[in-house]
Amino acid sequence: MVGKDCVAIACDLRLGLQALTVSNNFPKIFQYGDQVFLGLTGLATDVSTVSDLFRYKVNMYRLREERHIAPRTFANLVSSSLYERRFGPYFVSPVVAGLEPKTGQPFICGFDSIGCIDFAKDFIVSGTATEQLFGMCESLWEPDMGPDALFETISQALLNAVDRDALSGWGAHVYIVEKDKVTKRLLKGRQD
Amino acid sequence: MAPHSNGTSPHWSLKSGVHQQGCPELQVLLGITGKDFTLIAASKAAMRGATILKAADDKTRQLNKNTLMAFSGEAGDTVQFAEYIQANAQLYSMRNETDLSPSALANFVRGELASSLRSRKPYNVNLLLGGVDPITDKPSLYWLDYLASLAPVPYAAHGYAQYYCLSILDKHHQPDITLERGMELLNLCADELKRRLPIDFKGLVVKAVTKDGTVEMPFDNDRIVKSA
Repeated sequence: MVGKDCVAIACDLRLGLQALTVSNNFPKIFQYGDQVFLGLTGLATDVSTVSDLFRYKVNMYRLREERHIAPRTFANLVSSSLYERRFGPYFVSPVVAGLEPKTGQPFICGFDSIGCIDFAKDFIVSGTATEQLFGMCESLWEPDMGPDALFETISQALLNAVDRDALSGWGAHVYIVEKDKVTKRLLKGRQD
Repeated sequence: MAPHSNGTSPHWSLKSGVHQQGCPELQVLLGITGKDFTLIAASKAAMRGATILKAADDKTRQLNKNTLMAFSGEAGDTVQFAEYIQANAQLYSMRNETDLSPSALANFVRGELASSLRSRKPYNVNLLLGGVDPITDKPSLYWLDYLASLAPVPYAAHGYAQYYCLSILDKHHQPDITLERGMELLNLCADELKRRLPIDFKGLVVKAVTKDGTVEMPFDNDRIVKSA
């Protein structure tokens, strides 16, 4: 979710098989630089595989280029890596959020499982509670929110969306990314 | 519905009817962590179709001094995969004169299972990996299924046992329990399984991992449980 000179990304913590909850400590957001974040929803094994794969690719990029990867560059890396598996895809729908290193402008985008990028200037949603999240974000989001308002908005949007979805919830992680500060908060949420 | 089925049937398919092997869902794997230990329990029945071929099967393998792995799944795959992992863990210990930590092993196993998943014939193995970190002395338990989904958990089960035992452990488990309390919880779970599982799983092998190594725990499998 985009704010004024800041960006936020949040996920729930549930891991389940159909209706059975296996774990309520399975974060889906991964950090790939000072201000680059990736959220992954979908098949749990592919969430781990894909996050590990990008950790490897981003580490190699940093060694080669001697600088951190920019969110827009990372988004194109995600897109091309997913399309490499066009006919046997990873079953994930990623979301990238970050701040452009030069301008400090917020950047967010989403993907389908074969890497088609969906750019947005307001918010991106993904996962089993997609419909609920669209509703919450559509009604709560407004342009140019500061970091505190953005935290409140994204948290309320996520928490209320997952409470209407049987397959997600059980706690949440929220990251607020600012120019020279990243704040990570754990929301307990409903545990039922 | 198998999440990875693609509708095509390859020429090597072994799926002849219902039974390729006694339904893996009926095999029981349980794991509980406590203050300074991890308990792993596995059912003793080796099944093929409706027949019990062996009543004293051990579905666990010791990976190193402080890590134990329990497995269930398709007949040939389980032992083959477990012993492959065991051999690699031991090779690492010999080469480096240090053991891999339980978390390192869990991620290694996940990597192997994940690459197998995208191969021509994936391993059909579900695992529980329990251990006590030799440096921090912290107990840990990892839940891993045949799709290579890895989750660190305080307590875990595989197969139908999940439906009976996880709710019991949700209610009674605390992170700081003693080994004695851990065994009590295991008894609670075993009783419920005897009461509600429609087959006889021939009791449980129970092993405890502590910082001093792994020991098999005495477990009373002959207790009669009145059905509800």
